[in-house]
Amino acid sequence: MSDRAASRLESLGFTRVYRYSPGKDGWLTMALPTEGPDAATPRAGDVADRDAPTCALHDRLGDVRDRLRAAGETSCIVVNDQQVVLGRVRLEALDGDAEQTVEAVMEAGPTTVRPSEPLDALIERMQKRRAASIVVSTADGVLVGVLHRADGERRLSEQKGSVLDSAAISPAANPTRAGTPGRSR
Amino acid sequence: MPVEIGHDEVQQLIAAGAYLLDVREREGYDAERLPGAVSLPIKTLDRETTDHLDRNRPVITYCWEWT
Repeated sequence: MSDRAASRLESLGFTRVYRYSPGKDGWLTMALPTEGPDAATPRAGDVADRDAPTCALHDRLGDVRDRLRAAGETSCIVVNDQQVVLGRVRLEALDGDAEQTVEAVMEAGPTTVRPSEPLDALIERMQKRRAASIVVSTADGVLVGVLHRADGERRLSEQKGSVLDSAAISPAANPTRAGTPGRSR
Repeated sequence: MPVEIGHDEVQQLIAAGAYLLDVREREGYDAERLPGAVSLPIKTLDRETTDHLDRNRPVITYCWEWT
């Protein structure tokens, strides 16, 4: 849509027209600030662990296992050279032949969510599916991080406490929203 | 041809005085927008609605996501 709008502006006589194709979603992926009532909505990208361990398809299981254990991590995201998510491998899957490659044991095409996804709805889905974590990636599949459900639950709990505290101080000035409003695209 | 730009260029151009136009429906703009953006939904783009804008000033368009 921004491309059509940009072309329309040129047709209207604008001489220096630029198009920010990543759009608002791309802006949020970079954790840049926004304005408006939804700007305070916690999102997947706010809570995701952006230093989640990664490995490559052809890494040796033994090497990845050692790295994960040393770091106290329980899973590793498989990415290519462009950091595009290809799969996920959990620690227990690495107990096989140390000479095998990650590709042989990884879960291909793990479910991913966008960094802009509102946290409350996402955590609710994760709770229903008993998912302890989920991969967060950009629209073109580049890894952003891993969201651990416990971190998301903690964040929502903190926010709820903060809203209640504010309401106790000034109820009229802090109307409590009944859940997070739906997103308008 | 419109020039595609990234996050850094957006911020540089805004600092240099560019217009930042949110071309989504007004509802989306009202809920959340990039700092300093002006709402000008694509369906309303015409000579009349853009008459007050300087044609020689840089203008950046954006919507929700990759297009």
